[in-house]
Amino acid sequence: MTTPVEQERTQVEPSGAEIRAEDRPWQTVVWNDPVNLMSYVTYVFQKLFGYSREQATKLMLDVHHKGRAIVSSGTKDKMEIDVAKLHAAGLWATMQRAS
Amino acid sequence: MKKWTRDGDLVLARFDRQEAAVVRGLVSQIQDMLLARAEEAPQDELAELTGIRTGPSTAPDDPILSRLLPDFHRLDPDAPDPGDVDSAGALRSLHEPELLDLKTGVAGVVLDTCPPDGGTVRLSVEQAEAWLAAINDVRLALGTALDVHDEMPDELPPDDPRSPHLGVYHWLTWMQETLIEAVSA
Repeated sequence: MTTPVEQERTQVEPSGAEIRAEDRPWQTVVWNDPVNLMSYVTYVFQKLFGYSREQATKLMLDVHHKGRAIVSSGTKDKMEIDVAKLHAAGLWATMQRAS
Repeated sequence: MKKWTRDGDLVLARFDRQEAAVVRGLVSQIQDMLLARAEEAPQDELAELTGIRTGPSTAPDDPILSRLLPDFHRLDPDAPDPGDVDSAGALRSLHEPELLDLKTGVAGVVLDTCPPDGGTVRLSVEQAEAWLAAINDVRLALGTALDVHDEMPDELPPDDPRSPHLGVYHWLTWMQETLIEAVSA
């Protein structure tokens, strides 16, 4: 299995401590789109992530009102799986490094 | 049709002939598009030897396929980050074959369970979940083709060529909504 080439990036914290890019966790982001139903998005969040109806509804409303929501975070491999599952369900999901 | 209902472990709805034809026609079109994309996957001897399939590394040109098979990173359309472009290409290549399998698979469940002449559709919860994903794919495709947006009216002016198709889109929206209720019941 190949993994994409990672760009080495470093950033300097105000305290002077360096956080290497590869140490930051990854996040799965779901973006708002005009087609996916609110009820369906809530259902998918519950089904894929095991969130309670309340948690899933809150995330869905974040997507709807703020245009995006972070629905999971963790290792890069785990986020790949989450994004792939969300794509299978038809949601518009991407992954990014936590900033 | 009336809305989907739940009876124990079964999810049920009755489709008339025309409704069944619409569902089957649209789902098969999506399945055909996805199968054509799968055919484009690079064939190489190494993949045949190892059994590890790789898909294309670039997004489809077609806006409908591109919506059904999104990038793994959010790429700025004007100035995408080159590192993200490389990573998105690698991830697409790795994951797209399975995504195509899943999407053509759920389409297959609809085609196997929706009688061509209409009638009662009886689904297990698992089959109903496949219907949800497949009908959602059809709505994503139609929504992209019709350029559906948040303030979309219920009806377009009669002279708008999209007008009759929007009716189908709204019917599918209603049907999916009642299917979610039945599956979650």
